[in-house]
Amino acid sequence: MIPSSIITRVKQKRIAQLISRGKRIDGRNLYDYREIQIETGVIERAEGSARVKLGKTEVLVGVKLEIGEPFSDVPNEGVLTVNAELVPLASPTFEPGPPDENAIELARVVDRGIRESKAIVLEDLCLIPGKKVFVVFVDIYVLNHDGNLIDASALAALAALTNTKIFNYEVKDDEVVIKPGYKKLPLRNSPIAVTFAKINDRLVVDPWLEEEGVMEARLTVIMEKEGKICAMQKGGGGYLTPKQILEAVKVASEKSKELRKLVVKE
Amino acid sequence: MSKTPEKLINEKGLRLDGRKPDELRPVKIEVGVLSNADGSAYIEQGKSKILAAVYGPKEVHPRHLALPDRAVLRCRYHMAPFSVEQRKSPAPSRREMELSKVIREALEPAVFLEYYPRTSIDIFIEVLQADGGTRCAGITVASLALADAGVPMRDLVAACAAGKIDGKIVLDLTDTEDKNGEADLPVAMMPTAELITLLQMDGMLTTEEFEEALNVAVQGCKHIYEAQKEALKAKYIEIKEAVQE
Repeated sequence: MIPSSIITRVKQKRIAQLISRGKRIDGRNLYDYREIQIETGVIERAEGSARVKLGKTEVLVGVKLEIGEPFSDVPNEGVLTVNAELVPLASPTFEPGPPDENAIELARVVDRGIRESKAIVLEDLCLIPGKKVFVVFVDIYVLNHDGNLIDASALAALAALTNTKIFNYEVKDDEVVIKPGYKKLPLRNSPIAVTFAKINDRLVVDPWLEEEGVMEARLTVIMEKEGKICAMQKGGGGYLTPKQILEAVKVASEKSKELRKLVVKE
Repeated sequence: MSKTPEKLINEKGLRLDGRKPDELRPVKIEVGVLSNADGSAYIEQGKSKILAAVYGPKEVHPRHLALPDRAVLRCRYHMAPFSVEQRKSPAPSRREMELSKVIREALEPAVFLEYYPRTSIDIFIEVLQADGGTRCAGITVASLALADAGVPMRDLVAACAAGKIDGKIVLDLTDTEDKNGEADLPVAMMPTAELITLLQMDGMLTTEEFEEALNVAVQGCKHIYEAQKEALKAKYIEIKEAVQE
């Protein structure tokens, strides 16, 4: 759990009481998301970028492409790397320095969604088999932390990838020559993360900061476009019952369809 | 590098190591194996070999991390450089840092941390040899080390993974099955009340397959739980016999 600001006991109690009556302190229903705004192409220097606002939570994702070496077990595939920075300007609880366990977990959960759904056609990113491939760097930059960084980051990462362009190139005598013009990064799937908080033994979707401060446990379900689950992660020092988990999967199936429409315009 | 097998399940419905889909690997557990630690345990699950030690409740270092109303639980999951095919750097990787976090969160619900304010309980999990399912076996063995240290707990935490290989839902994946399979679902729980304390998933599962896999994993955890209780009892039977002699 990402440490949140201090919440008074009165407020903690109020949040929990309201939820047991099926209401939330900010007026939402249990399975409502906050307002979502997505803007793509906000950083011209990056090959792809997006800025997502989920209520007051704000995340910027930049995608950079580089030419690098493939992994030896998959010599014909491009490489995906996801990193997250909890920048100190985003919250009084974020400190400068190398990524802590919260930042690492965030990056790895977003990574798992993209990787396991095979969202990027990595086979198309091979330049010289076994020697040179494209490396896709997805950098998550949290700008304002008001809860549910996982969903905001996953959404921003997907939006940035759909917006990513690859420079044209030609392979001449084992050398890669960059040519003018661009094409789109090949994508075949769109993973969407839906995160729940368990408060007072009930599930709510898209917890904001104060709800995260009182939640007993957290559960993220990532769904791909065919409605299959491609990644899950439980967080927080509490427990969930099998019934709650199955309920979360059901709600995530519905919610992920709604969220996908905001990013992928068919 | 080991070769990728073509089939993970044969015509008879058996897996590469001859197991049935819902069968656990042989599990061997020993409690109280290290003399310096307040509590310790060792597990062999198939070829995975893991040692866990608990120190505490003890004074917190650095002091500012102490909590006024409860103990801090700290956990380090670490793999020995020789535990895997290609030597692993001993420096903690991002994977190990994530696993340390989720393992801590899997054990936390079981421990009465409020009994020991201003102290820390430190758990160290060392994977000596890895062949799949190390986070789960790590949780299984760490909860025994906690019990061995005399830390009051609501229940033991038992863990086991389910997954999908060759289109079938199976229990307790080996490394080869995990790498070549379609999905992996590690689960940890407090078995008495069936409360799930760790849940992760990667791969692809339909919601129906997920439900089936979750059930298989829960059954697996219950079998592990029996083995845990046996191992705990075995230690005290040994002590009793030694005293009587």
